[in-house]
Amino acid sequence: MNTPTFIELKRNNKKDFSSFPAVKVGIIGDCATQHIAVALRGWGYEKKLDINVFDSDYNQIDAQTMDPASELYEFSPSYVAVINCTDKLYQRFCETPLDARKDFAATVCESMVAVWKRVSSNCRARIIQFNFPAWDDRVFGDYGAKTADSFVFQTRKLNMLLAEMSMEYKNVFVCDIDGIQSRVGESALRDSKMFCIAKMPFRTDILPIIARAVTDIILSAEGKFKKCAVLDLDNTLWGGVVGDDGTDGIQIGELGTGHAFTQFQHWLKELKNRGIILCVCSKNNEENAKDPFINHPEMVLRLEDISVFVANWEDKASNIRHIRDVLNIGMDSMVFIDDNPFEREVVRSLIPEITVPDIPENPEDYVDFLRNEELFGTASYSVEDRNRTDQYRAEAERVSLQSRCNDYDQYLESLEMVAEAKPFDTYHFPRIAQLTQRSNQFNLRTVRYTEQEIENITSDDKYITLYFTLKDKFGDHGLISAVIMEKREKELFVNTYLMSCRVLKRGMEEFIINTMVKTAAENGFERVVGEYLPTPKNAMVKDIYEKLGFTRVNDNLFTADTESFVYNKTHIQKG
Amino acid sequence: MNEIYERLSKVFTEVFDEDITVTPDTTAADIEDWDSLTHITLISAIEDEFRMKFSMKEVVGMNNVGELADIVASRRKR
Repeated sequence: MNTPTFIELKRNNKKDFSSFPAVKVGIIGDCATQHIAVALRGWGYEKKLDINVFDSDYNQIDAQTMDPASELYEFSPSYVAVINCTDKLYQRFCETPLDARKDFAATVCESMVAVWKRVSSNCRARIIQFNFPAWDDRVFGDYGAKTADSFVFQTRKLNMLLAEMSMEYKNVFVCDIDGIQSRVGESALRDSKMFCIAKMPFRTDILPIIARAVTDIILSAEGKFKKCAVLDLDNTLWGGVVGDDGTDGIQIGELGTGHAFTQFQHWLKELKNRGIILCVCSKNNEENAKDPFINHPEMVLRLEDISVFVANWEDKASNIRHIRDVLNIGMDSMVFIDDNPFEREVVRSLIPEITVPDIPENPEDYVDFLRNEELFGTASYSVEDRNRTDQYRAEAERVSLQSRCNDYDQYLESLEMVAEAKPFDTYHFPRIAQLTQRSNQFNLRTVRYTEQEIENITSDDKYITLYFTLKDKFGDHGLISAVIMEKREKELFVNTYLMSCRVLKRGMEEFIINTMVKTAAENGFERVVGEYLPTPKNAMVKDIYEKLGFTRVNDNLFTADTESFVYNKTHIQKG
Repeated sequence: MNEIYERLSKVFTEVFDEDITVTPDTTAADIEDWDSLTHITLISAIEDEFRMKFSMKEVVGMNNVGELADIVASRRKR
């Protein structure tokens, strides 16, 4: 997308945000932050997000975080952006005695972590910490890169320490300003007179990019991110037309122009490794289309990397809808990549929710263009992400077995399903937090949690937690559901009940509900109370409690008596 | 010089989001939203428009649009 200018973002501030979901962001910094606040709210408009910004005065990090009654905490933000700037860091470095400079990064990091701790103990906000665009005073020349006494050495080290600490403090997300600087260049990021006269660490021209980075973190943490890339083949994944040129005739591999496509495939494979589902949608006959994946020695992507492979002569929009149905994910979490502007336009006009980047004409520019589109940000990563492709491939096999079974019950029986239900444990915190962030459709109350919050709930006596795993004869689905129940005297209130849509209609919903009621009964509770909070995406579960044996109290509230509850029948064995 | 004032008026209109025609005598007191914050935005926008850079001293020292235009004009002669 074309990046709006700062002035355009400023103008956005006056527009009507009333139809957008709202999120509160507090800004504290050791520099002037007003322009950043304006840019952030303006960028929110572009992304249909009503970002309410509380912008504290200049240099208020300590004042706002130490006082439990501060304006920042009063505002009760969902996110706190902590904006530290390199100019201030350099001042601090210059005031540090020479013999203490070797420990400069560690000392500064400690004081920044102290701010995180204070924020976390005073409010529930997630923290967005700006890191430091490295700036080299060159007083050592290049020797600065090999001596711990130089500012540039300590800045780089500090950025690394912040990255490490943010792994420990799961509520903290690093906004990689240093990464932005390495992409746009130092002179595009800063203007020294602006810091001198206005304490502004950034040029106004770069503020839209910074606002975008902050917004991307918020959107990812709120569960709005991409899950799937749908790929064209001819002249997208390789050069040439496989139907005409044959597998040996296409351009891919080390030699000549093929190298550009090899680079692109490597990039896509990395996306797949980090959990993005890759699918193919090509106008080809299936045999021709699959042949390079099987027989070309230099293809990076292989058939097992592709979750759903569609090659036929139907229109692409219908094929993409088919892929969406198999995967059971939202259209807004899909990206369509095709070199043909005509196909892009057709898909864009028939499926407005899908993202269709206008990739450049030359294949050597694909990766540089796409990485700058910032399409694939995430707020979490777990080992399960690596297995996602296999899980979706197994799903395709299940669909084919289902078409051979006459009766659905017989099909479910033949799957030989085994499920486990266990309280949350440390090993599964990342996956559980991720599910709360990813699940939109089968999610009764859509409460998003970070790993830190999941950890807190697990150790809190007020809650009973359950996670569920499911496997069948085709493979292991892994951890597919999480339940958090809150003790309220004689009843258990279901704070969170969510499930991955890929195990829908296997009897897992029933199994989970049964387990909830059984757990309540075993712990001496009289009732389980479930609530449905509607969102634009979770209508599929609005009646689920009632369907599975709960009594409706009102539109959104349901209750089950632990003694008289009639347990649902399933084909799932307890593991 | 007229061309400079025309282009400055265009930048002012853009930054303040209202129709503004500047004269050499225009000052911050004449435009309601011209505060220190918008001043920075304005300076950046003028730098972009004329592809030049003000020095810190110039940014702090200018008293009206006439002085601003003179700086722009002097840069172009060089």
